[in-house]
Amino acid sequence: MKARVTVTLKNGVLDPQGKAIEGALKSLGVDGIASVRQGKVFDIELGTADKSQAEASLKAACEKLLANTVIENYRVELT
Amino acid sequence: MKSAVIVFPGSNRDGDVMRALRQAGSQVEKVWHAETELPKGTDLVVLPGGFSYGDYLRCGAIAGRATVMDAVRAHAARGGLVLGICNGFQILCESGLLPGILMRNANLKFICHRQFLRVERNDTAFTRAYAKGQAIDVCVAHGEGNYTADTETLKRLESEGLVAFRYSDTNGHVTPDANRNGSMNSIAGIYSDKLNVLGMMPHPENLIEDLVGGTDGRGLFKSLVSSFAKAA
Repeated sequence: MKARVTVTLKNGVLDPQGKAIEGALKSLGVDGIASVRQGKVFDIELGTADKSQAEASLKAACEKLLANTVIENYRVELT
Repeated sequence: MKSAVIVFPGSNRDGDVMRALRQAGSQVEKVWHAETELPKGTDLVVLPGGFSYGDYLRCGAIAGRATVMDAVRAHAARGGLVLGICNGFQILCESGLLPGILMRNANLKFICHRQFLRVERNDTAFTRAYAKGQAIDVCVAHGEGNYTADTETLKRLESEGLVAFRYSDTNGHVTPDANRNGSMNSIAGIYSDKLNVLGMMPHPENLIEDLVGGTDGRGLFKSLVSSFAKAA
């Protein structure tokens, strides 16, 4: 079983990197982009075939390390 | 006083802070991050600056979960003193010992320059050698020093007097220009609820010799040693 964890900044948290990318896209002449927020993607291989166990492990991984919940949200997708 | 300086892979200011501590009269021991205990009789734990784990994931995120941090948390819970400088401050925030987080500098630049700080209070173990409101001349060198916390946390830090230092001009005036990394309320350092844990982005250990242009950093280490001599 595999999972993809996506970590994004919470709304309202200033994202200077996203802003810089947004500016770079504008200067490249890429049209139609209103704003950019940068996040992180983790592709994880699970060592278990049990879905609920995998979900519990992934939640623990996110809460303990992958995301800092002061400023970030996370989303887990099992594939 | 006995200090333990924790070394993580990528710490690089351990030598400087050890020198500052020794100069102030502290015994100092280096402690590797994989240890499970602090040396017996440790009074002060120092998390030095640097780039622990290459700043992977988030600055201080991996070091904040190192084995030795359980011992540091226990030391802090007993009322023991903990000082985190620069990356050490980031580690304290990531380990849950201090609230909030240090984000990328608002201007996206790594900043490295002399910086004045206003001492917000001088009745703590870290600042008694300074005057309240004194502007001290130290250094900053960081890319992620933009202190950020939710509104509630910020309110609590302010109302309970937990802000230790603010970025200021040479006269101790807290101005937007002096706040080069964009920190909320110009915060350069904060205390824990019991005032025994201090995290700060600037480097007092850089300014302890006339030879390199100033000695304002000495006061912090002197304060620690003297407040300990008093308690013992």
